[in-house]
Amino acid sequence: MSVLVVAEHDNHRLSSSVLPAVTAAAQLGDEITLLVAGHECSKVAEAACGIAGVSRVLLADAPHLEHGLAEELAPQVVKAAAGADYILAPATTFGKNLLPRVAALLDVAQVSDIVSIVSGDTFVRPIYAGNALATVQSLDAVKAITVRTTAFEPAAATGGSAAMEPLEATPPAGLSEFVERQFNESERPDLTTARIVVSGGRGLGTAENFKLLEEIADKLDAAIGASRAAVDAGYVPNDYQVGQTGKIVAPELYIAVYIGGHPAPGRHEGQQGDRGHQQGRGGAHLRGGRLRPGGRSVRGAAGVGRGPERHEFKFQVKQCL
Amino acid sequence: MKILVPIKRTIDANVRVSVRKDGSGVETANVKMAMNPFCEIAVEEAIRLKEAGKAEEVVLVSVGTGKCEEVLRNGLAMGADRALLVESDAVLQPLGIAKALKAVVGKESPDLVILGKQAIDDDNNQTGQMLAALLGWAQGTFASKVEPADGRIRVTREVDGGLETLSLTLPAVITTDLRLNAPRDIKLPNIMKAKKKPLDRLAPDDLGVDLAPRLKVTSVAEPPGRSGGVKVGSVEELVDKLHNEAKVI
Ligand SMILES: Cc1cc2nc3c(=O)[nH]c(=O)nc-3n(C[C@H](O)[C@H](O)[C@H](O)COP(=O)(O)OP(=O)(O)OC[C@H]3O[C@@H](n4cnc5c(N)ncnc54)[C@H](O)[C@@H]3O)c2cc1C
Ligand SMILES: Nc1ncnc2c1ncn2[C@@H]1O[C@H](COP(=O)(O)O)[C@@H](O)[C@H]1O
Repeated sequence: MSVLVVAEHDNHRLSSSVLPAVTAAAQLGDEITLLVAGHECSKVAEAACGIAGVSRVLLADAPHLEHGLAEELAPQVVKAAAGADYILAPATTFGKNLLPRVAALLDVAQVSDIVSIVSGDTFVRPIYAGNALATVQSLDAVKAITVRTTAFEPAAATGGSAAMEPLEATPPAGLSEFVERQFNESERPDLTTARIVVSGGRGLGTAENFKLLEEIADKLDAAIGASRAAVDAGYVPNDYQVGQTGKIVAPELYIAVYIGGHPAPGRHEGQQGDRGHQQGRGGAHLRGGRLRPGGRSVRGAAGVGRGPERHEFKFQVKQCL
Repeated sequence: MKILVPIKRTIDANVRVSVRKDGSGVETANVKMAMNPFCEIAVEEAIRLKEAGKAEEVVLVSVGTGKCEEVLRNGLAMGADRALLVESDAVLQPLGIAKALKAVVGKESPDLVILGKQAIDDDNNQTGQMLAALLGWAQGTFASKVEPADGRIRVTREVDGGLETLSLTLPAVITTDLRLNAPRDIKLPNIMKAKKKPLDRLAPDDLGVDLAPRLKVTSVAEPPGRSGGVKVGSVEELVDKLHNEAKVI
């Protein structure tokens, strides 16, 4: 079986999201092709050739492919997918934006956000914010799939020796134009792959209080996350959001601080920690009652339920670490 | 500008769902249903564009059973002008829905289609992108800001690294993220008015589309249970447990 994996990158660096997708690809077929489509991105393609298990890297290089616009990339993916049985992309905002467009061009369904592979045509995916797991069978000849990156071990980034082949760029669609990108550069570990995550909720009260988490995160070399309510309140930017509509995290330790999860249950924590659906090994929930109104708390959680008020909390945590 | 807003009826976001014992799906009998929250945001955005004088008409469409009339009426009460119901009792999936929506676009000729980014039941996050592909239109997904200007539309998107802004040619497809707006509450008199607004019913056959599912859901299960937590007395004890028992710090 032949599998095409669409690589996510910024023309300089390959995103680590490609590695779990390659692991999923290896469970589906033995012929793994990676598509690197961008502009002046040969360094990315070279790095892609090193990923263990990849047999071929297709490099499509053209100015209109520079910004990863779905309108430009989708026909390119279709071209690269000629003869492929599977088309995979990471279930990141990049993959979610692109792959349904590809699937529709091919007149096939798309399977979103798979967390495990049962057989060549059957996959498990979370629905209802992770409150249920559906097993779905694809009836299409070509299967277009986005892969939850936290659910598959990353493939080794080095050790492979794939051949690089140029792929002719498809003509520009010219439907959309890139204007700008506002990214929050951070020295901290990436939220989606961090071993420890410290997340704050609405209960923190102010952006200033939210900063308290930075000290904890610094000590633990943790990533910082937030509930939607905390983001909505303006304490932190939107790319901190964890949950159904935010980022999926899979840490060994998740520290939820002043997160209640009300009123819509399960949206914040329903999707945490899904390496093979396992929660992190340890969870800590600080203050503010249980994580879920219904009582299911972070697995293995230790909670300071009716614990200290904010100022004491900061002091105590600092002392203990 | 004319705006088409496809909306889906889903289990209410505040309901805790339960999986049926026989694994056939999630229990929907006697469960409160509502408009998918992302669709509410789409309706709100369309109405705001109309109120700002940037759009003339807001048309809603839902594909599904007769009960979808309820959510369409809610959208009309929010301020949309009229609604279409593509009535079908079949199992619906994004590709089929996108095909039905494409046919509706053919009939209505909107300049802009605003969908939710994701339906909170199946969490597919596909329909808008598929519709854009089928129409050959530009797409602005996961939008947190929408600004029409000079015959184009500028869309700020919520992406993993932060925000990205695109300028799209019209006609275009947009999908909404949570922070695009906060949908208005529906006022009682508007519910009465909405009852009189036009709502037309269509059959998938009228549109000539094939809604046949391409995916078969073979079973639905509860996620693996989580072992119970413990409550500790102090932050000190917590840190001690995380260090010595869980060995995560
Ligand atoms: C369609 C949809 C999608 C969603 N997607 C997401 C998502 O991806 N991620 C997400 O996080 N949410 C999401 N939500 C929202 C989610 O349902 C909750 O509303 C949100 O997570 C609540 O955030 P919170 O826990 O910070 O706030 P709250 O539930 O209000 O919790 C705050 C906690 O702090 C405590 N507290 C408050 N003040 C104090 C104080 N002074 N001292 C001590 N303790 C205090 C409270 O007791 C409470 O436990 C979504 C909702 C919908 C409808
Ligand atoms: N049955 C439907 N009828 C009308 N619109 C729908 C339907 N299903 C999905 N949509 C639209 O597509 C969006 C994304 O849904 P999905 O791709 O299923 O996650 C929703 O927010 C709606 O705007």
